[in-house]
Amino acid sequence: MNRFDYVRPASIAEAVAAAAIPGSAFLAGGTNLVDLMKLGALRPSRVVDIALLPGLEDIEWLSDGGVRIGARVCNADLAYDARVARTFPAVAEALLATGSAQLRNAATLGGNLMQRTRCAYFTDTASACNRRAPGSGCDASGGQNRLHAVLGWSEHCIATHPSDVCVPLVALDAVVEVIGPAGAREIALDALHLLPHHTPERETALAPGELIVALRIPGVAARFAGHARFLKLRERTSFASAVVSAAAALEIEGNTIRSARIAMGGVGTKPWRALDAEAVLAGAPPGKDSFERAASAALEGAAPSGNNAFKIDLARRLVVRALRSAADGTPQIMPALPASAFSTESKAGESRVA
Amino acid sequence: MTLSIGLTINGEKRVIPLDDPRVTLLDLLRERLALTGAKKGCDRGQCGACTVLVDGRRINSCLALAVSLDGASVLTIEGLADGETLHPVQAAFIAHDGMQCGFCTPGQIMSAVGLIAEGHAGDDPERVSELMSGNLCRCGAYKGITEAVLDAQRTLNAAKRKDAA
Repeated sequence: MNRFDYVRPASIAEAVAAAAIPGSAFLAGGTNLVDLMKLGALRPSRVVDIALLPGLEDIEWLSDGGVRIGARVCNADLAYDARVARTFPAVAEALLATGSAQLRNAATLGGNLMQRTRCAYFTDTASACNRRAPGSGCDASGGQNRLHAVLGWSEHCIATHPSDVCVPLVALDAVVEVIGPAGAREIALDALHLLPHHTPERETALAPGELIVALRIPGVAARFAGHARFLKLRERTSFASAVVSAAAALEIEGNTIRSARIAMGGVGTKPWRALDAEAVLAGAPPGKDSFERAASAALEGAAPSGNNAFKIDLARRLVVRALRSAADGTPQIMPALPASAFSTESKAGESRVA
Repeated sequence: MTLSIGLTINGEKRVIPLDDPRVTLLDLLRERLALTGAKKGCDRGQCGACTVLVDGRRINSCLALAVSLDGASVLTIEGLADGETLHPVQAAFIAHDGMQCGFCTPGQIMSAVGLIAEGHAGDDPERVSELMSGNLCRCGAYKGITEAVLDAQRTLNAAKRKDAA
């Protein structure tokens, strides 16, 4: 690990000022930052510890029925908050499908949003990586790229965004509250993460020194509470990143989908909202035909970035499965293996809504 | 730059001078405080051998910068038994043969203590396995580990009910 200057300010204003110096990094739970620093993939000259900043650990319910979650709320506390799990079940399911229990106790929501888009070539400092060392090239292109992106990639970077919880959050129109040297502002979560284009080193829309202080899920997202799922396919049953994940949320009236929300993880260079797929479902009846049309729309424009064409079919099928599971209804009890597509098989003809 | 932190380690309050902010909690425990129970397996938060409780919650001590934990209370495997009397989780790991080589055992036991305190597994072996998935055992003693966790949980819950009565 490189040497760094460590500061632990007591106020947000001091933290923002301290981190405005180029080369600074905010430290919260440390599960991503410390790991990448040990590997030498990140080498901040200054670490600004936000442990003492006030007000970042609150979960506050808003008058519109939405919730404001402090950036330092850890994954476990958020996932096991009964009202969060009841109101935004796909968020809780995604959190519980992330990492291990130890990591969920340390990792924070703000840290999850800010975790690096990365692949093995990013973490291996002997490899060329435009994201880690701009202009050095991309050894993932033409390398071991079975798990890389099929949406949003450029010739400069094909790594996927690794977050699970960002998938339901982006589907539910979450908003990020930021404080920076120029004051406070809000950013739609969908606009926080940037596509790589020719500048993959620019990961987010945040300016130097800008700190995420909270995330809001708007009250309208609660209308999906009865029909919301997050499903995640991994190479082993637990404690693994998504090969492909999908969040599906439906608002169903009678035999009609009034509105739908769909997003995918593991396939894009950022958490991938599928607006075209949502449009397909608005006004359609829930069922196989609608779900397959929506899933095809979700993957429209997907292209392999290497040896990963299988992800396109896999994601299409997982979106269908997630929609079918959502239509069947949010489970009353969290499955023993959260987000596992294998413990949530719904039986044909037993759908509660069809 | 010299930094100084206060930690309560296994019930004992200590003031610890740190000459370098890069020291992880795991390295502090093992290399500077002679508490070698927590093990360094992967040093990346993937194996769980370094699991300790910080303020009652299990974390990977390899990913926590010690300097960031100023004021925290840390419980390691060395502080778990009550004198010569093993903690119920330790006793259950022996009774159920929840180990082979033993390298991962301190982390497994501290993780199990954390899991039982969290109280989300119920009596479901599948939930125990899932919530213990942050602790790898290369000898493959998972069956005994799961049984030990469930047994220790029954013992601890019975003791809690007795206390409450």
